[in-house]
Amino acid sequence: MSTSIALAGNPNSGKTTLFNALTGARQHVGNYPGVTVEKKQGFCKTDSGEFDVVDLPGTYSLSAYSLEEVVARDYIVNEKPSMIVNIVDASNLERNLYLSVQFLEMGIPVTIALNMMDVAQKRGIEIDIEKLSILLGVPVVPTVARTGKGKKELLDTIVLRKDLNPEPVHISYGSDIDMALDQMVDIIRSSGFLTQKYRSRWIALKYLENDQQILDLGKNENPRIARELESIAKKLTSHLDVTLNAHPEGIIADHRYGFINSILKQNVITFYQDENRLQLSDNIDKIVTNRFLGPILMVAVIMGLYQFTFTYSELPVGWFENFFSRVSGMADNALADGLLKSLIISGIIDGVGGVLGFVPLIMFMFLGISFLEDTGYLARMSFMLDRVFRMFGLHGSSVMAFIVSGGIAGGCAVPGVMATRTLKSPKERLATILTVPFMNCGAKLPVYALLVAAFFAENEAQVMLLITMISWLGALLVAWLLRSTVIRGASTPFVMELPPYRLPTLKGLLIHTWERTWQYIKKAGTVILGISILLWAMMTFPGLDDQALKIFDTKRNAVTASVSENVLNEIRYADTDNLSEQASSVKERLTNLDMEEAQANLKNSIAGRIGLALEGITQFAGFDWRTNISLVGGFAAKEVVVSTLGTAYSLGEVDPEETQSLSERLKTAEGWGPLTAFSLIIFTIFYAPCFVAVVCIAKETGSWKWAVFSVVFNTTLAFGLSVIFYQVGSLILT
Amino acid sequence: MTVINLREMNIDQTGTIVSVGASGELGRRVRDMGLIPGKQIRIQGRAPLNDPVSLRIMGFTLTLRNNEADYIKVEV
Ligand SMILES: Nc1nc2c(ncn2[C@@H]2O[C@H](COP(=O)(O)OP(=O)(O)OP(=O)(O)O)[C@@H](O)[C@H]2O)c(=O)[nH]1
Repeated sequence: MSTSIALAGNPNSGKTTLFNALTGARQHVGNYPGVTVEKKQGFCKTDSGEFDVVDLPGTYSLSAYSLEEVVARDYIVNEKPSMIVNIVDASNLERNLYLSVQFLEMGIPVTIALNMMDVAQKRGIEIDIEKLSILLGVPVVPTVARTGKGKKELLDTIVLRKDLNPEPVHISYGSDIDMALDQMVDIIRSSGFLTQKYRSRWIALKYLENDQQILDLGKNENPRIARELESIAKKLTSHLDVTLNAHPEGIIADHRYGFINSILKQNVITFYQDENRLQLSDNIDKIVTNRFLGPILMVAVIMGLYQFTFTYSELPVGWFENFFSRVSGMADNALADGLLKSLIISGIIDGVGGVLGFVPLIMFMFLGISFLEDTGYLARMSFMLDRVFRMFGLHGSSVMAFIVSGGIAGGCAVPGVMATRTLKSPKERLATILTVPFMNCGAKLPVYALLVAAFFAENEAQVMLLITMISWLGALLVAWLLRSTVIRGASTPFVMELPPYRLPTLKGLLIHTWERTWQYIKKAGTVILGISILLWAMMTFPGLDDQALKIFDTKRNAVTASVSENVLNEIRYADTDNLSEQASSVKERLTNLDMEEAQANLKNSIAGRIGLALEGITQFAGFDWRTNISLVGGFAAKEVVVSTLGTAYSLGEVDPEETQSLSERLKTAEGWGPLTAFSLIIFTIFYAPCFVAVVCIAKETGSWKWAVFSVVFNTTLAFGLSVIFYQVGSLILT
Repeated sequence: MTVINLREMNIDQTGTIVSVGASGELGRRVRDMGLIPGKQIRIQGRAPLNDPVSLRIMGFTLTLRNNEADYIKVEV
């Protein structure tokens, strides 16, 4: 039977690296039930035995303040792994042991993997491993996760010591607290209060630490005893407040660090250099976060990431597009005209192509971001930008998501929403996820290009800049609005470690990138395909009735009947470019009839009926039914607005890359003018994200509630802004 | 020896923490990272807009916003 082990430790201690070293490719990523915290599981088979390995979220402590801490603690308590492997950064021993001590207090089987031994050595830190092991009462194995050194010794130790529950470590917290603890332990012991899962002294400690999760559990288990314990804790709290002006939580933390200190002082650790001596990292920071050079360098890095993600992914994106258009073409030839063909081409192939089309983008973006994260630069970016983003209730780390989504025009909200993974503060993260879709993604650009070319051709550059500014300002203000209403709450403290600069390993980067990409394909893929088919159906059904079809057929017959068989054959078989005059005029008339039919069909479809029905309201923003339908189509992908407008104006499906004919048509079309055009631009900036982004929002927030919110809220906001703009504009202009 | 707010410290100045007044989530986070009375710190630098501040403690680098630093008194 395989041994279950759980890896736990501080962020940046090398947990993931050790996990990869142990499991290699035999790993998969999921979520802990009901929360968005990632759960990595893997399997490891060596001469030492077989192991099921779980990588717990990185935490500094085991209080119940953050989701990660609750998840890690619950896993240990409920799943009872045979061994907790506590990864401790040897170059940062004192702080890392703060978590270790809390494991020791729980009385669970722990082995310490003393990682980063190479770094410690380089910094002139020597650790007496045997002594540390004796004083802590648990095995300590030195490792270098990056090279796999110490892996075998670690596994052998685990096999030797698994399932042995050691006596919990008792730390003295000073006479006041110790007395209260003893008193509480008596009560807990005699009543068996929560003792199936937890040690009695640990429960008492959590009552003193005011640990919400344990307090709630206690109330459920036995309200009477819970009240008794709470009153002891309350009495102690007020006593300490009067005598020492301190809180039990604070005193407990002080004593934990005191305990660590007393161990380290017994010659366990020797510094051959000053502990706070300036490291290479600090010297790099002097330049990288410098008041003047820092921001310049940051702009360069952002541009670089942008270039990397969107330029280098162009080639593979092109391959995907070619591939899918070829498949489309094959289906076009192989199948008879009709609904099935339309479903397969417009519904399924376009849908699958839509899902996979994002894959290269997501891969490149995560490769770039993982690189910045692993080197430690991302933390510096948040450090430099926090002041700005904080004003709007966001976090320094939000910047990445905004940039990727199209903060510089041309990004994409799908990888943008996924980029919020690096944000550890839940409220700021949610606000970021909900506002990044306002950025100017690559798919919105053809819409802007069409309208700008038709109505603002003289001031093209200025108008594009204006659009970028409106979307940034709008996003930040909406973030602020959300953070003061629906996602209200104090900002998450910026008490954050700036990890030393490190060169990432290729293996680490690739595993990370692949994991993210695969998750996207697996989770988002199926939903997106479904919605794509649904949208296809909305734009197709119910179709024209027989009478209408007959009218088009009659018209077609009238055209073909008026010319000779020769001309018809010419149209059918000859090269399009050198048709005779008569043939090309007939062909044009036939094509026009096809486009008219497509327009009539679209108008009669469900989407068309919605568009018509909404005309009464949307006229206040200057939109007629044609615009409405195209906006419904834009929910599939924003550039579809352009092709649908083409169909609605009987121009056939307009290629978003070549919009000249459509923009000429719009210039003279009834109801169009600069005012309508800009109103539509505003609407396009703010209205519902495309459904691929919506699905990602649902996956990343862990709830469809926020996905629905973003559709409804954004569309309402967009409509409100467009109406205000159009109405005020009309007043001024007349 | 004078006691001042962490916010008022200059870059490269060192000091010893005297008290930490923060409670709740901030208090817990501050303590988890080792900002407790008796610890030596040195101010490492400030972000381009002067906030947050980065400091050195127990051999690693930590960041803190100015309004969070206000809860921490330091003897310099
Ligand atoms: N020199 C050296 N570097 C290491 C060692 N172990 C890990 N690293 C590097 O340290 C960095 C952080 O390692 P991760 O494995 O991502 O750390 P983690 O604990 O999983 O961090 P989170 O993912 O933030 O929880 C990476 O760049 C690793 O390559 C080691 O033993 N020696």
